[in-house]
Amino acid sequence: MATSEELKQRIEAALPGASAEVTGDDGAHFEAVVVAPQFEGMSRIAQHRLVYDVFEGELGGSIHALALQTKAPVRSSS
Amino acid sequence: MSEETNPLRDAIREAIVENPVILFMKGTPEQPMCGFSARTSAALQALGAPFAAVDVLPDPRIRQELSALSDWPTIPQLFVRGELVGGADIIAEMYENGELADVLGVEQPAPAEDPVEAGSAPLSIENRLG
Repeated sequence: MATSEELKQRIEAALPGASAEVTGDDGAHFEAVVVAPQFEGMSRIAQHRLVYDVFEGELGGSIHALALQTKAPVRSSS
Repeated sequence: MSEETNPLRDAIREAIVENPVILFMKGTPEQPMCGFSARTSAALQALGAPFAAVDVLPDPRIRQELSALSDWPTIPQLFVRGELVGGADIIAEMYENGELADVLGVEQPAPAEDPVEAGSAPLSIENRLG
């Protein structure tokens, strides 16, 4: 059964430089907020696809739902 | 599965082309069978935009073919003028920031708790199907 920590690690491994916050503890329904440099200049559709691709074949199967919010990093001095 | 003829996929493609706004969902707008589908169809209804709705539940192949066509794994999926606009999360975000109204070419209704002067109220805000 998937855990939110596992999802976080898989997203961050697939998108170098990304940071993901994943919540959900029932093993099937998750929420993720993903900030990734790869999203820069992409449409939201493309951003979500990039994350969905990490879990290809599992979404709608073992992972019932992944509510997703994606953002490119804010370019600031932080 | 053979690639030669795929009438179901063709029918889905045709529906997307023929309907300017089409939502593939679980259940119907009147009786959604999933919270994500419910939220998405409620957003469209709140904007008063006419849309076609296709229930993917009666036959699992609908969903399979749709996702193969759109390269999008989850339901719901909203298409406007033949283009995938998004699933539940994107549509919710676009509804809240007014982009969805723009894409659909309708007016964003004023927030409900902000009563509009009765005299000047437009005729269109009658859709309170919630």
